[in-house]
Amino acid sequence: MAKSKEILRGAEIFCRALKDEGVKHLFGYPGGAVLHIYDELFKQDAVEHILVRHEQGAVHAADGYARATGMPGVVLVTSGPGATNTVTGIATAFMDSIPMVVFTGQVATHMIGNDAFQEVDAIGITRPCVKHNFLVKDVKELAATIKHAFYVATTGRPGPVVVDIPKDVTADSCEYEYPTSVDMRSYKPVVKGHPGQIKRAAELILSAKKPMIYSGGGVILSNASEELTDFTRELGYPITNTLMGLGAYPATDKQFVGMLGMHGTYEANMAMHHCDVLIAIGARFDDRVTGDLDQFCPYAKIIQIDIDPSSIAKNVPVDIPIVGDVKHVLTDLTALIKASKNKPDTEAIKLWWDQIKEWQSIDCLKFDRTTEVIKPQYVIEKFYELTNGDAYVTSDVGQHQMWAAQFYKFDKPRHWINSGGLGTMGFGLPAAMGVKLAFPDDVVACITGEASLVMCIQELSTCLQYGLPVKVINLNNRYMGMVRQWQEFFYAGRYSHSYMEAIPDFVKLAESFGHTGMRIEKTADVDGALKDALAMKDKLVMMDFITDQTENVYPMIASGKGQHEMHLPPTTDRELA
Amino acid sequence: MRHILSLLLENEAGALSRVSGLFSARAFNIESLTVAPTEDPTVSRMTLVTSGSDEIVEQITKQLNKLVDVIKVVDLSESRHIERELLLIKLTAKNDHREEIKRLVDIFRGHIIDVTDSSYTIEMTGSGDKLDAFIDALDKKLILEVVRSGVSGIARGDKAI
Repeated sequence: MAKSKEILRGAEIFCRALKDEGVKHLFGYPGGAVLHIYDELFKQDAVEHILVRHEQGAVHAADGYARATGMPGVVLVTSGPGATNTVTGIATAFMDSIPMVVFTGQVATHMIGNDAFQEVDAIGITRPCVKHNFLVKDVKELAATIKHAFYVATTGRPGPVVVDIPKDVTADSCEYEYPTSVDMRSYKPVVKGHPGQIKRAAELILSAKKPMIYSGGGVILSNASEELTDFTRELGYPITNTLMGLGAYPATDKQFVGMLGMHGTYEANMAMHHCDVLIAIGARFDDRVTGDLDQFCPYAKIIQIDIDPSSIAKNVPVDIPIVGDVKHVLTDLTALIKASKNKPDTEAIKLWWDQIKEWQSIDCLKFDRTTEVIKPQYVIEKFYELTNGDAYVTSDVGQHQMWAAQFYKFDKPRHWINSGGLGTMGFGLPAAMGVKLAFPDDVVACITGEASLVMCIQELSTCLQYGLPVKVINLNNRYMGMVRQWQEFFYAGRYSHSYMEAIPDFVKLAESFGHTGMRIEKTADVDGALKDALAMKDKLVMMDFITDQTENVYPMIASGKGQHEMHLPPTTDRELA
Repeated sequence: MRHILSLLLENEAGALSRVSGLFSARAFNIESLTVAPTEDPTVSRMTLVTSGSDEIVEQITKQLNKLVDVIKVVDLSESRHIERELLLIKLTAKNDHREEIKRLVDIFRGHIIDVTDSSYTIEMTGSGDKLDAFIDALDKKLILEVVRSGVSGIARGDKAI
């Protein structure tokens, strides 16, 4: 006998649906259009609500949570400014394909289009930066729409989904039943790769004399680190990771040649340029990776594995495209390679490694270790040593981000959390907050700069309220460092608005939010300060490192140049070949 | 090269703006776009005329397929197909011009569907080229108003998308 279904109000359906979806944490900020929902949140304890101090913080926190856990981040905000404040965070998640569901309140259905108080066309505004969005016009559609939203956000190439819920929908009632499955005729992501293509790829891979594996964020999104490691070790080929892909392959492994791209290592970029077979795995040939497209990998046959057909051959023509989930494709590909009669050409591969070792010997990440003034690279290197490479590291955007990517050696996926595609300053602190919530027992650090940090500084308050003791490593050079670097290189040193006259006292600032602050001004004090901060397990510690103002990020491929045309640091004592 | 793409998409509010927004956001060309529900009221059929290199049209097709509301995309120009466009045109028709316009409309197999003592309104269907030819054959001074529907297309033969 069929059990009679419960009749619930929209706001109750919302909370029940989140519970039935397995949502544990919800980042949000209340307001008029979502008050019915907040009233229901008050009455339940299945979902913990984290009250942020600005809606942008909510989205970045949910984003950090999603990147670290692999679970979708969930956000609830009100209509109008609540919705518009989420846009930067949604676009950030969209560019990096992060699964997220953002619920925005909306004015009542009969008011839509009337320029009502706190009304904004949230669906229209977010359309270009979401994977999909939904307006719920009837309470009867609410539960199913929430199910669809989570399904779309987390399957295929993941991404943010917005659900706009008018206030009257949260007040109306209907029978509640949370769907157990979803079938959408217009949305069927491919999972398995085409066997014929995989076979062709295996043959090409085994015939390579100068192979290169180039893997990106797709490997992390697909939870395929193990498969990637298996594949790479089986072949013995060199591997580079994109900024988004760091941690997918252990950075301390001997086959890893470092990050590639604009601030990647000399050896990674040179190996890209000279390789004869390029195996691109869950990477999208971003302009910061490829440099000048006309000079990109001129000698290579290219294999590209990606779940999103539109990513394949978008910027660079591809010889063997494989559409599918990286995890499945790599499993099939490795099995085929292991079973094949052909083996890698060990002699050619040895010569290739000899060449790569020659490039590595240039030591492209070298920096001056003799100065009293603190070098930012040194801080990150020390922090890496003291945390044994186990910390979760979030970052903002700029020089500090590149140094963190270069000097913190990520051996595990989902530990490096940064806004790679959109390049969103202000991401780091709220993202760290989201990560710490998910992993309270792990070290979570936000490596940032003084310009990025203040963009979402209000979240220090949220960290206090919920007991989220992240470590803030502020590499304070009193400049927008990356802007300053470009102005030094390309604008004849005209430092137009890249310097702030009035910078807060970050120690007092941390203290005013109820946290601990430290200022570190000498290289000799770095180690001790980091140890002290790490020892204060239950405290958010703001470490204000006063660093060298003019330090630049090297190596560097200037915009529009080829991967083999790198600038090396002035500390390098060898001319380029 | 010119391509005619035929799309099936969910007949939902906002589906059209997802498609048109995609074209503007990615700087793809769009020559014409028509859309209306099909025999299944939950599905709309869209015909979209665009142009670009093979790589660009491949990217357009992939991006359209990626839209969650899009059920199917077919490039009609890859095989034999029929395209038709509707033209409604209002002309000044006085004295001697009335007979002359009538003859021209007959030659182009159009219909005069509204008449006043000083004007004709004409309905004509055909390929875009044919409608262009008809307009070119007219005395420009007589044209009061031109309305074109944009291209609708369907594949030849017994296969349906």
